[in-house]
Amino acid sequence: MRHLLDARDLTRADAVQVLDTAAEMAATQSREIKKLPTLRGRTVVNLFFEDSTRTRISFETAAKRLSADVINFSAKGSSVSKGESLKDTALTLQAMGADGIVIRHHASGAPHLLAHAGWVDAAVVNAGDGTHQHPTQALLDAFTIRRHLADRGVAGSGEGFDARRGVGKDLAGLKVAIVGDVLHSRVARSNVQLLTTLGAEVTLVAPPTLVPVGVGTWPCTVSYDLDATLAERPDAVMMLRVQRERMSAAGGGYFPSPLEYSRLYGLDQRRLATLAEHAVIMHPGPMNRGLEISAQAADAARSVVVEQVSNGVAVRMAVLYLTLAGSGTAAPVPTSKELA
Amino acid sequence: MTAQNRPVLLTAARILGGEPQDVLLADGVIAKVAPAGSLEVPEGALVIDATDKVLLPGLVDLHTHLREPGREDAETVLTGTRAAALGGFTAVHAMANTTPVADTAGVVEQVWRLGNDAGWVDVFPVGAVSVGLAGEQLAELGAMASSAARVRVFSDDGKCVHDPVLMRRALEYVKAFDGVIAQHSQEPRLTDGSQMHEGVVSAEIGLRGWPAVAEEAIIARDVLLAEHVGSRLHVCHLSTAGSVEIVRWAKSRGLPVTAEVTPHHLVLTDELARGYDPVFKVNPPLRTAEDVEAVRAGLADGTIDIVATDHAPHPVEDKDCEWDAAAFGMTGLETALAVVQETMVETGRLTWEDVARVLSTNPARIGRVDDRHGRPVAEGEPANLTLVDPTVRRTVDPALQGTMSRNSPFAGRELPGQVVATFLRGRPTVLDGEALAPAGEPAPQGTIA
Repeated sequence: MRHLLDARDLTRADAVQVLDTAAEMAATQSREIKKLPTLRGRTVVNLFFEDSTRTRISFETAAKRLSADVINFSAKGSSVSKGESLKDTALTLQAMGADGIVIRHHASGAPHLLAHAGWVDAAVVNAGDGTHQHPTQALLDAFTIRRHLADRGVAGSGEGFDARRGVGKDLAGLKVAIVGDVLHSRVARSNVQLLTTLGAEVTLVAPPTLVPVGVGTWPCTVSYDLDATLAERPDAVMMLRVQRERMSAAGGGYFPSPLEYSRLYGLDQRRLATLAEHAVIMHPGPMNRGLEISAQAADAARSVVVEQVSNGVAVRMAVLYLTLAGSGTAAPVPTSKELA
Repeated sequence: MTAQNRPVLLTAARILGGEPQDVLLADGVIAKVAPAGSLEVPEGALVIDATDKVLLPGLVDLHTHLREPGREDAETVLTGTRAAALGGFTAVHAMANTTPVADTAGVVEQVWRLGNDAGWVDVFPVGAVSVGLAGEQLAELGAMASSAARVRVFSDDGKCVHDPVLMRRALEYVKAFDGVIAQHSQEPRLTDGSQMHEGVVSAEIGLRGWPAVAEEAIIARDVLLAEHVGSRLHVCHLSTAGSVEIVRWAKSRGLPVTAEVTPHHLVLTDELARGYDPVFKVNPPLRTAEDVEAVRAGLADGTIDIVATDHAPHPVEDKDCEWDAAAFGMTGLETALAVVQETMVETGRLTWEDVARVLSTNPARIGRVDDRHGRPVAEGEPANLTLVDPTVRRTVDPALQGTMSRNSPFAGRELPGQVVATFLRGRPTVLDGEALAPAGEPAPQGTIA
């Protein structure tokens, strides 16, 4: 893997390889000494044009556990207002010898530009661009779903944490509902592509104002009715953050009030009770408790929100390993022995 | 005798693609047209073998951004008009969105003089509709109309005259001097922050959408306003299938509505945004393949009257960046005729006679410069002419173009046809595909210092 820019660039085999590598990484993380020497001497730059403490910390942790040198470059305030262009920032990082650049940017396509404009030789990992893509989030979501659900029916599954559960498998036959602000969500876009590549059936649920025009060509179903979708017994329900500033958008906002949103599209206690016994509740965070998700749902035993965060580190270790170690796409999946 | 004022004999030229004829230019007019091989070479004449080449009336662009005054880092009147001559144009209408805005007699006269001094083509300044393009108060349209620049086309292009009352007043007011309002049709509230056509591609790649309805709603409103007050309306750079339908309906009612399409909307689609290269960022945005087919059909059946370039040069730094941060616009003067040949002539939808209509006769008439431009290629007419070799194919290289800017969406693309020569009142401004400086010396390519 040269770069990771877009979930669509991953074939089923690529995606399973990343998830399997992540499983090996995760297995090392229950040890007392979590650090692996894999990327010693390599420099990873976290280039963040947008605030995201969680994602930055996750990537930073992942890189450090692989023994890479990490530089955090916060370029918030946007290239334009600062007077320095993305190009000049990129050339600076190139001159400093960055091997990998993890970029978060408010403009869709900025990671693509960074990877393809010829400004840098570094591997580029998209940590979220505009309303376009957030591929490592989709990978960690897929990893979490697989760990919980791919072995469903196998005795002993669902108890304890076995990082390698589901290794080698995809998500064939699983039903995933993604609920909320699809229009502005790079998480939804990445997940629709990745989860369907892995064989899952995805249903997007949102008020019509928060679904993009043109969604008809996406490989998923679109529903405006959360209760109807939940009645189809999805295996995973992923709630998306609804930003309160969407209320003050042009034209009076995308929905009439937070209360009405919550009533129609929130995962409240009543809806929580209708979920299948094995179904998991997911959220990319940060959550708006009481808006898209009730406290009961967020804290339920079936909620895997906190596990998503720890899986995020393993998945990002896998992505950094696959883009930075070895010589391209044929890098073998390391066993935990090799990693140690 | 210099190349500037000696007689010119074009031998065996195919006027509007017709039978070969000899054409003699002298004293700024077409002195003689006769069957091929029948004209003697006059003393001292420049003889150009025009065998198999097509002779057209000089092209007239109703929509050019020359950027001067204010953005001389992107283009000047000199470089922009040189690019125009290289593209086969003998007249351009210079849009008003300069800095300062061309909203007074002083600014339009300045642009007009710069055009005269440069001498590559006739420059007809477009006046702003509203003061500072702010859409609040009418600019002094009468003063611009009666200035030396003799403005007849008024436009806030780059911005839409979105206030329906202001639009109505403007349409009414310009009747006093037979002016026309050229509208940039874009409902601003529906397009706040928009980056590209709203549809399948924008949904996928996460760029804010510019819906077709934001163009169509304004065109529909303006057509009805124009009918109500009995005024001329010109629709700039129409880009959607729905817009073509609305203009077709307006024409079926006999309304004095004209419309233009750009070369890029005749061939390029929103699929090009997938690579996030801002060279394809333009306003209105590139639309879908269905829209491209609809504007071609509209141009072929006369619903769309003209092709206009919307030549919009930008310095490198305004395009070498994130899509969201990049400027809207593409250069087009030096590729317009080639794109029309490829999309309309080679597909059998337009003849060369039609090309003369949509790139010369009609724009000259809409801009009310048809006493000098867009004339028939006939004895006694002004010798504003373009000689094209349609058999040549060339690969577009922005570095070799006459424009100062490099933002051609056709870079690296092979296009048919080559402007061999352009004549402004009988004087060659382009010869053998090279720009001839007004002093008769070849102008250097690239940036003029």
